[in-house]
Amino acid sequence: MHTKTEGSFSREPVVIKTEALTRKYGKISAVDSMNLEVEEGEIFGLLGPNGAGKTTLISMLCTILKPTSGRAWVNGFDIVKEPGKVRKSIGIVFQAPSVDDLLTGRENLQMHNLLFGVPREIRKQRIQEVLSIVNLEKRADDLVNTYSGGMRRRLELARGIMHHPKILFLDEPTLGLDPQTREHIWEYISDLAVKECMTVMLTTHYMEEAESLCDRVAIIDYGKIVVLDSPSELKNQIVGDVVKLKQRTPDTEELKKLDYVRKIEEKDGMLYLSINDASKHLQDLLTHTGPIDFVEVRSGTLNDVFIHYTGREIREAEAEGGFWERMMKK
Amino acid sequence: MSEIEGIYAIWLREAKIYMREKERVISSIVSPLLWIFAFGAGVGSTIETVQGYSYQIFIYPGIVVMTVLFASLFYGVYIIWDRKLDFLKEVLVAPVSRASVFAGKVLGGATDAMIQVVFLLIIGLFISVPLTPIVIINAFLMLLLISIAMVSIGLVIGANLKSPEGFTLVINFVMWPMFFFSGALFPVSNLSGWLSVVTFINPLTYGVDAVRGIILGTHQFPIFLDVAVMLLFSLIAMGIGVLSFRRM
Repeated sequence: MHTKTEGSFSREPVVIKTEALTRKYGKISAVDSMNLEVEEGEIFGLLGPNGAGKTTLISMLCTILKPTSGRAWVNGFDIVKEPGKVRKSIGIVFQAPSVDDLLTGRENLQMHNLLFGVPREIRKQRIQEVLSIVNLEKRADDLVNTYSGGMRRRLELARGIMHHPKILFLDEPTLGLDPQTREHIWEYISDLAVKECMTVMLTTHYMEEAESLCDRVAIIDYGKIVVLDSPSELKNQIVGDVVKLKQRTPDTEELKKLDYVRKIEEKDGMLYLSINDASKHLQDLLTHTGPIDFVEVRSGTLNDVFIHYTGREIREAEAEGGFWERMMKK
Repeated sequence: MSEIEGIYAIWLREAKIYMREKERVISSIVSPLLWIFAFGAGVGSTIETVQGYSYQIFIYPGIVVMTVLFASLFYGVYIIWDRKLDFLKEVLVAPVSRASVFAGKVLGGATDAMIQVVFLLIIGLFISVPLTPIVIINAFLMLLLISIAMVSIGLVIGANLKSPEGFTLVINFVMWPMFFFSGALFPVSNLSGWLSVVTFINPLTYGVDAVRGIILGTHQFPIFLDVAVMLLFSLIAMGIGVLSFRRM
């Protein structure tokens, strides 16, 4: 029934589908009547500020949280009626670290093998396989409490893929990591998606992460999908390029008439213009602005898209502090 | 098959963690030693004999049960830490039933407690408690049954609470009354009135009675009644435990 997707004939099969999926906490809807379809082999991003409902959505799809209403299928299985089958089809890397400190990397993986019913004959080989993918072979027999944050993350990634799930969920996979480690992890994830033919659904509030990693991105805010498309489409269709400039005598009347100018905003004495294809129109634009004191051109980002739809910025400062604080508590 | 492997995986993790946290092992050995040597010998110096045994020997079975009681009940706090550190999520999303997760945890907790029992039985040999091999085996099995019941209770409380501080508070209301009204420190036969009523309601009384019967040969109730009460109590506790885990 869930495979009956309108007009899906030419597309890949849908592996995640939600229908009016809702989760309420008291009166607040953390996830509000969400409809979503993710196709096989996609890297699908959920982008939004904290409290937007990303983790709540993923928790429901992973069957650790029951929806208030609505339905969802993962790998064709109903998340409420067939949680066991859903769990067998998925791998998860949680936002907060969930590897065991007092076990070695290898012991953590062995435990996962047992819990996820990986056949006895291939257990050792699987462990070897994933350890080499995430480059942890040399440290595999050290206790996890001697690992750095990045190593833990890689170990979790290894664990998440070890039972060859059809769908991998990543909740803020690079939260709290330094930029280099983050880029490494992005590489691992995109390699994996290709090599293992996996569908990946990840949440993030890092724009660059969504841009460089995801085939499609759903921007969500207050539990609703604001817009959904590929990162490049989102940027081209909605913001194009951004020209920031300062006119000597502020006058936007003439600029508003230009057909390649999509949007004009004024902030702190600066003008922000969203225009189509800056390389083509910049020269013409400057003939209409009058004398200027300052100009800067950049391509639009997903942040601009987010601002366009919500009027707010996703700020990194909003990042949930959970990661390190929880680790320090122990 | 995979359920059994799941139980094994969880038990194995608990056992490894226990052995690696030296503080846990050491602290759990020290306090029963204090009870036997400081309390037992101290109070014993003013009491001649209880039911034909020196007080220190008389309370020995009670102290062993106490150790099992404390270790088993307190084990429930680790489920709260597991949850706080999110380690539990890995287990909760695994395709393993909650009954198996619970069973693995119960076995893990019972293993902690029974390792302490082994230490105490060795000490018993040194203070001339009459321990023969058959007594040791019987006592071990009875203590295991008590431990399974108490770990289940601890896990039920742990599964329903969010903070370790809250757990300590609640567990004290369970642990101390159970211990004091169990006949671990005095013979139940001497009690009267409300005290004896409370003691007879307390399931641990039957556990203490059985262990004392097995080790010292003096008991209040028939052994089959002791075992039946503890079995029934364990089953109820485990049933509630599985339900609590399903709601987690």
